[in-house]
Amino acid sequence: MATLQTRATARFMMSPAVILLFLWMIVPLVMTLYFSFLRYNLLMPGTEEFIGFLNYQYFLTDPAFFTALKNTLVLVGGTLLITVIGGVLLALVLDQPFFGQGIVRLLVIAPFFVMPTVSALVWKNMLMHPVNGLFAWIARTFGLQPIDWFAEVPMFSIILIVAWQWLPFATLILLTALQSLDGEQIEAAEMDGAGALSRFFYLVLPHMSRAITVVILIQTIFLLSVFAEILVTTNGGPGIQTTNITYLIYAQALLQFDVGGASAGGIVAVILANIVAFFLIRLIGKNLER
Amino acid sequence: MARAVTTRRKMTFTIIGWAIGLLIFFPILWTFLTSFKTEGTAVATPPQFLFFDWTLENYHEVQSRSNYMKHVTNSVVISVGSTLIGLALAIPVAWAMAFSPTKRTKDVLMWMLSTKMMPPVGVLVPLYLIFRDWGLLDTRLGLVAVLTMINLPIIVWMLYTYFKEIPGEILEAARMDGASLMKEIVYVLTPMAVPGIASTMLLNIILAWNEAFWTLNLSAANAAPLTAFIASYSSPEGLFWAKLSAASTMAIAPILIMGWFSQKQLVRGLTFGAVK
Repeated sequence: MATLQTRATARFMMSPAVILLFLWMIVPLVMTLYFSFLRYNLLMPGTEEFIGFLNYQYFLTDPAFFTALKNTLVLVGGTLLITVIGGVLLALVLDQPFFGQGIVRLLVIAPFFVMPTVSALVWKNMLMHPVNGLFAWIARTFGLQPIDWFAEVPMFSIILIVAWQWLPFATLILLTALQSLDGEQIEAAEMDGAGALSRFFYLVLPHMSRAITVVILIQTIFLLSVFAEILVTTNGGPGIQTTNITYLIYAQALLQFDVGGASAGGIVAVILANIVAFFLIRLIGKNLER
Repeated sequence: MARAVTTRRKMTFTIIGWAIGLLIFFPILWTFLTSFKTEGTAVATPPQFLFFDWTLENYHEVQSRSNYMKHVTNSVVISVGSTLIGLALAIPVAWAMAFSPTKRTKDVLMWMLSTKMMPPVGVLVPLYLIFRDWGLLDTRLGLVAVLTMINLPIIVWMLYTYFKEIPGEILEAARMDGASLMKEIVYVLTPMAVPGIASTMLLNIILAWNEAFWTLNLSAANAAPLTAFIASYSSPEGLFWAKLSAASTMAIAPILIMGWFSQKQLVRGLTFGAVK
């Protein structure tokens, strides 16, 4: 149907966005790649020189890198565990008819719209403060010793905050998937005498598996880059206990002004994210064909 | 043939549902309540839930800080500005891809999506240096530019999924009747596309409003939006819980309300059409 003329128009209309996006992607990336092979520190201008893979060697053999990598995996994994399991359970509850369902739904998705700096500070100060925080009061009410969250379990505290922010996302997507489940199929299974548990494991869960995969992949992409929550609560500490890859590179670039080293780190982060992105793109691409 | 729902079952789930809902919402509710307390009441043990002397003092004080309105303005300019520019760039692309797709359309779409997956730290260094050299650090212009590019792929994708649902035959009919391209867009496409464009806009304003990597790294006193302003409470002003709460409440309230209105589009926008 499309004539040659509309084709040409189409190409013409696409070009500004495509060109801009291409430049946006390729220029900084090439610069990062270039810097990663240089000795380049903003505090020592004029000493730039090509040093090959030395930045990578330093970055990848730095013990801080392994700690940060481990922290990143713990942060992503812990948050995924809480949000996916919590999301499935919440979606199952929200799928049931009950009074005020619509309002509860709004309450549940609310944390997603809270800006990261606000949620981090509210949790850190008003809930997790070891003396005046609400959690400390609850602990004392039950005669327990309050936990000094960010000193004793810093990573767990950050996972809690981030999971609180992302639980609504998982819930909403899993609920959408759940609602597309054929009610008659469930009914048929019920008539055949399938119990609630086997209905869940053999019907509901397989039906949701695609949505669960999407949740895991998309969240992983975003969780690899958690930054604001760490910056305003712990600054990566105590020590480097809550430093993830993103924060490590940020510190190297904007606190130590080591452009070369941070660039090598940036390339490593890009490679890590691409591994995840590869699977996500394939999944979404498959969906596009249907 | 709906299943009969017993009243007892419904009551049970009412209790469970509300308990979970309130638990999850509690930090926001608590922030809201604390914003009406005096600093003394805010840190009181045991905590005061409802029966305290409500005061608006914190809201006055936060707003009377000379720079507060500037940060609000920055947030509005950056989020709305980047969304509008993004829409202007994306509408033609999405239109072209939805109505005259070529062999490469799918590849272009996937490529756009892949730019979204680049971790921001991967390009932090060069972008920071470019901004420094071009005098864009701590300017609204710079942040608008960055956020436009960050959200452009999502805008294109969302619009594409909406536009694809518009039947192409209607456009063809208009074309047969002699409508020019301009007329086709203005009189035929626009009315059908407005709901999709509106929800795309809403979701992207929300995302841009809450973006906290680039806004924290590329802004300081002048162009800082509310995300960065609130971050300044991390020390030592974080000790003033009531003021922190008032500032937070004002920063999240408008976006929370917009979010509630756009909850359906949220799924579509954030999963790139993979879950509908």
